[in-house]
Amino acid sequence: MEILRKIAVPVMAILAFLAVWEALVQINDWPNYVMASPSDLPAAYAQFWELFLVGSWQTLWRTVAGLGLAVVFGLLLGMVMGFSRIMRDALYPLLVGFNAIPKATLVPVLALLFIGQHDFNTVLMAFLISFFPIAVSVGIGLSTLEPEYRDILRSLGASRFTIFRKIALPKTLPEFFGALKVSVTLAFIGTNLVEIVSPHGRGLGALFLSAQTNSNYPLMFAVLIALAVLGIVLYYAVVALERIFAGWAERQAT
Amino acid sequence: MKNLIEIKGVRHAYKTRTGPLPVLDGLDISVPEGEFCAVVGPSGCGKSTLTRLVAGLMKPDEGEVWLDGKKVSSPRKTVGMAFQNPVLLEWRTILDNVILPLEIVAPSMPRRDRVVRAEELLEMVGLSGFEGKRPSELSGGMRQRASLCRAIVHKPSVLIMDEPFGALDNFTREDLWQTMRDLRAKEPFTAVLITHDLRESVFLGDQVVVLSGRPARTQYILDVDLPQDRTIDVLYAQKAADMLQTLRDQIKIAQGRDPEAA
Ligand SMILES: Nc1ncnc2c1ncn2[C@@H]1O[C@H](COP(=O)(O)OP(=O)(O)OP(=O)(O)O)[C@@H](O)[C@H]1O
Ligand SMILES: [Mg+2]
Repeated sequence: MEILRKIAVPVMAILAFLAVWEALVQINDWPNYVMASPSDLPAAYAQFWELFLVGSWQTLWRTVAGLGLAVVFGLLLGMVMGFSRIMRDALYPLLVGFNAIPKATLVPVLALLFIGQHDFNTVLMAFLISFFPIAVSVGIGLSTLEPEYRDILRSLGASRFTIFRKIALPKTLPEFFGALKVSVTLAFIGTNLVEIVSPHGRGLGALFLSAQTNSNYPLMFAVLIALAVLGIVLYYAVVALERIFAGWAERQAT
Repeated sequence: MKNLIEIKGVRHAYKTRTGPLPVLDGLDISVPEGEFCAVVGPSGCGKSTLTRLVAGLMKPDEGEVWLDGKKVSSPRKTVGMAFQNPVLLEWRTILDNVILPLEIVAPSMPRRDRVVRAEELLEMVGLSGFEGKRPSELSGGMRQRASLCRAIVHKPSVLIMDEPFGALDNFTREDLWQTMRDLRAKEPFTAVLITHDLRESVFLGDQVVVLSGRPARTQYILDVDLPQDRTIDVLYAQKAADMLQTLRDQIKIAQGRDPEAA
């Protein structure tokens, strides 16, 4: 019953959303080039399903690769900032400044730096846009660890690394996953940004661009929906990981 | 009997933004092997600082701390610690929380033996059946019991407790005093117990050290000559009442008030 409700409610919400969308288009009598309606989409998917598969895969792996880099780099940076006050003071303003730069401005910079390296540029952008929340949350999590938690192991002569592995890291996991949920969305945006902006790109973003060039409006909307689905999949993948690795924290949130 | 803990002429000051803050100013305490030393003193006088020095987490500016014939200069595996906050790890079960020190102190000990040891202690404090629970599923008193098990699971020679029962209600606290007394009969350790509860210091202590206000000196040492297997009733007998009165007067002096005045 519980499971049924958990599936039925979101499915109904999506159906309702599609119905409203369809109705709006019908009532206003919008032509396709203003707004395609849901009923136009199946045809677009049927016609271009191969492009969708290839594009989705490219968008997916580059997002995940960028996010993976962001996790590794963000963790390291967070550790450095969490354990050293001086490093925190030194790095924080730099990071905030970097994070404030609109990432769209980086696309041409990267494109010039690494000409023609489309995969590399895309992964790099996904990484650049998404490591900040991870670094900050891990840094704050580690630096606000109550001293007593450290002392129960330190008083036994445990090394800093052991304390990090057994206490600091697991204790920071809930914050880490909170940040990862933000980062996965950001990485996805970063990937699409590069795909859409760069000429001869790949992935769903490029498919969107070519649909636009060819004035295939239903295809454009079909790509948008595909992007939304992919975004949802990625997000819930992170949620699943969180359940596995930081499920113990759930009870305390209530 | 030899002194297992020896604190000689310890002085310590914290460096703060507004200059050095002297906290300990000539501390002398000796605890014979197997005995319980209760430490009381005004709030903020440096009691927690004292525990950190004994544990080797900090070095005193002056003076020496000796444990078991060796000068303390860094943390050592023969120490167990418990705090007011039980600081259990939420992602571990109660059993795995208790086992934690063994992972550091005895890395080669088989898991089976660790479990046996932890279960033995949990049984002693009345937590049998809660091994698989998470800390969030236990009451405050039960968490503190688990925390005590963790503090002694590796058979430390010195147990350092910083107001371990401070956050508990009266009934739970008296329960835990008795648990502590029973543990002590079965497990050989020498203990330093920081407390702000004078009845607790008399019930559990073999001596009660009164610290003066900050910067703290050893102001007064009370020998608690009561049998080790005391019951809560002794607290209501004349002998204990006299000791409590003495301690109360000493605390007033430590706070800089005249004991005759009030
Ligand atoms: N790391 C630190 N840096 C600077 N000052 C500190 C530090 N730790 C403690 N102090 C100061 O030293 C004094 C003694 O602190 P301590 O925690 O040892 O007192 P306490 O007797 O345990 O107090 P309480 O009874 O409230 O637990 C306090 O005035 C405190 O502000
Ligand atoms: Mg204290």
